[in-house]
Amino acid sequence: MTPLLLSSYTATTCLGSGLAATLAGLRDGRSGLQPCHFETVDLATWIGEVAAVDAQKLPEMLARYDCRNNRLTQLGLEADSFADQVRAAIGRYGKSRVGVFLGTSTAGILQTELAYRRRDPESGALPDDFIYRTTHNSFSLAEFTRDYFGLEGPAMAVSTACSSSAKVFAAAARQLALGTIDAAIVGGVDTLCLTTLYGFASLQLTSDQPCRPYDAARNGISVGEGAAFALLERAPASPAAGSILLLGTGESSDAYHMSSPHPEGLGAKLAMEAALRSAGLTADAIDYINLHGTSTPANDAAEGKAVVALFGDRVPCSSTKGATGHTLGAAGAVEAVICALALSHDLLPGSPNTAALDPGIPIQYLLHSRNGQVRHALSNSFGFGGSNCSLVFGVAA
Amino acid sequence: MNPTPLTAWISGIGFIAPGLPDWATARAVLLGEQPYVAAPSVLPSPAILPPAERRRASRVVKLTLGIGLEAAAHAGADVATLATVFSASGADGHNCHALCEQLATDDRQISPTRFHNSVHNAAAGYWGIATHAMAPCQVLCAFDASFGAGLLDTLGQVIVDQQPTLLIAYDSEYPEPLHAKRDTPDCAGVALLLTPERTANSLARITVSPSTAAAEQFADAALENLRTTIPAMRALPLLHKLVRGEAGPVCLDYLPPMQLMVDLQPC
Repeated sequence: MTPLLLSSYTATTCLGSGLAATLAGLRDGRSGLQPCHFETVDLATWIGEVAAVDAQKLPEMLARYDCRNNRLTQLGLEADSFADQVRAAIGRYGKSRVGVFLGTSTAGILQTELAYRRRDPESGALPDDFIYRTTHNSFSLAEFTRDYFGLEGPAMAVSTACSSSAKVFAAAARQLALGTIDAAIVGGVDTLCLTTLYGFASLQLTSDQPCRPYDAARNGISVGEGAAFALLERAPASPAAGSILLLGTGESSDAYHMSSPHPEGLGAKLAMEAALRSAGLTADAIDYINLHGTSTPANDAAEGKAVVALFGDRVPCSSTKGATGHTLGAAGAVEAVICALALSHDLLPGSPNTAALDPGIPIQYLLHSRNGQVRHALSNSFGFGGSNCSLVFGVAA
Repeated sequence: MNPTPLTAWISGIGFIAPGLPDWATARAVLLGEQPYVAAPSVLPSPAILPPAERRRASRVVKLTLGIGLEAAAHAGADVATLATVFSASGADGHNCHALCEQLATDDRQISPTRFHNSVHNAAAGYWGIATHAMAPCQVLCAFDASFGAGLLDTLGQVIVDQQPTLLIAYDSEYPEPLHAKRDTPDCAGVALLLTPERTANSLARITVSPSTAAAEQFADAALENLRTTIPAMRALPLLHKLVRGEAGPVCLDYLPPMQLMVDLQPC
């Protein structure tokens, strides 16, 4: 593919709001995970909760979008002056030429979960103040973002579980290649809700400790929440030194099981190969891999096999979910921004909480953050239903 | 930059809607050869799924397998090789209702199957398991604009990646109490196999461009009701023009104020 410029990017997770907090957290090997006290949830697990989400007040005109997910969307959009950069792009290109491509798994379903507790005891009806379209529906964060900026062009939500906000980069890249748009807001937003916390617990995929990706004793995920965004534009012929570029995207399907990965990591391998092919790079060119690394025994083993098959033990890699939690549909975008930080600060992020590596997965896994030149970074995101996406990012010399 | 013409060939069609159990019936009704008779959607049993999954298959799984396989068969295409784009305004509404209902009680130990069926890409996941397709699979939502969003991404894959791509646009109903908040009446969907080149089975060439024109409507009240109440059925005016063998533009609803003008050239 033709390289695209990430002209602005930002992330908000339990590590903090914006790039500075995220970078400091990664450098310090800090974990933002805490024991779960979310809402009325009664589970022995750890979560990555973003501070002050509910303190966000949406503009009066957009009050119909009010729910935890869109509050976090706004918090994320306003970090690092990202919203100002979007407005500048709209000024350059026009309001029908900036597309919106956002990933989510559950959008504002928490609003529905809460509304079900307030059903009319006689009729069973949901309360009058509950609005399905602008809160629960998977498109709500994309429609909110489109209306937040007064945009009039294409918009979509990608909802492929945990690969959602990686696949938005591929979808936006296609539209930029076709020329239907000149810039794209890409990213992902997912927030804590009962469906995912109790759901992953029902599959016995949540850990009773902070998650430990690739640790020999790993025993499950820590559900997190997050909002991460990038503004994608066509790159100039000679991008300024230090510019972050999207170089390649690769998508595949496991065609294996709804909630277990292909045990040999076959789909994961196909996605990584496709991303390298799209970037016109060989495996030798990759300096850092941000693993999907959910910290379940099966997921890390399958991904590890795919990474070994393609890269051996040559490439430093880590999962940053020990720092941020698994932000589900936002994870792809959060980790894309982490790759951008790695590329722009020569940072190889470590993996807080992981102590003793699984000896059965012979990859070069980073326990601790350190400095090292990163020119090309690969980011993996794999989701339920066997949906896989890998992205390759680079930094202009 | 000069936009690339968004051109592809329609090389296979699958269709299920209330009163229209397959593409052959829909075609006859759209041509006026037989009257539209309202009836609940009939969803085929997904024989292609392994027995355990088949027994538990939800309405959206039956719907998407039905229309996807019909379109691929129509085109003579091998489903295992096809990239897919699933686009739906919602997921499995009955499963979602059951989850929300249980999570509102003191017993929140939900079923793991209910949870993994709650993802918006559940139907797409079962499609992969059934067809063994390891090609890219996109899953989108754009509320009432979901058909248009799916069409744009499918064109992206067909033109940029030069691969035949199966668009499966579909919707299903929520039970009460959510039905009162989102009143999609029944299951319906359309599958279009779009190819980058004309094939022996191609029916028409389409070229899509943005527009602010009003979408084409049906004079027939029943068809117009289908078009407006089920998001995937926003495609109906395109199918109507196609079965009549007419060349020229037809405007479809997308995301206000943006509409999609489709120029149709029958093969």
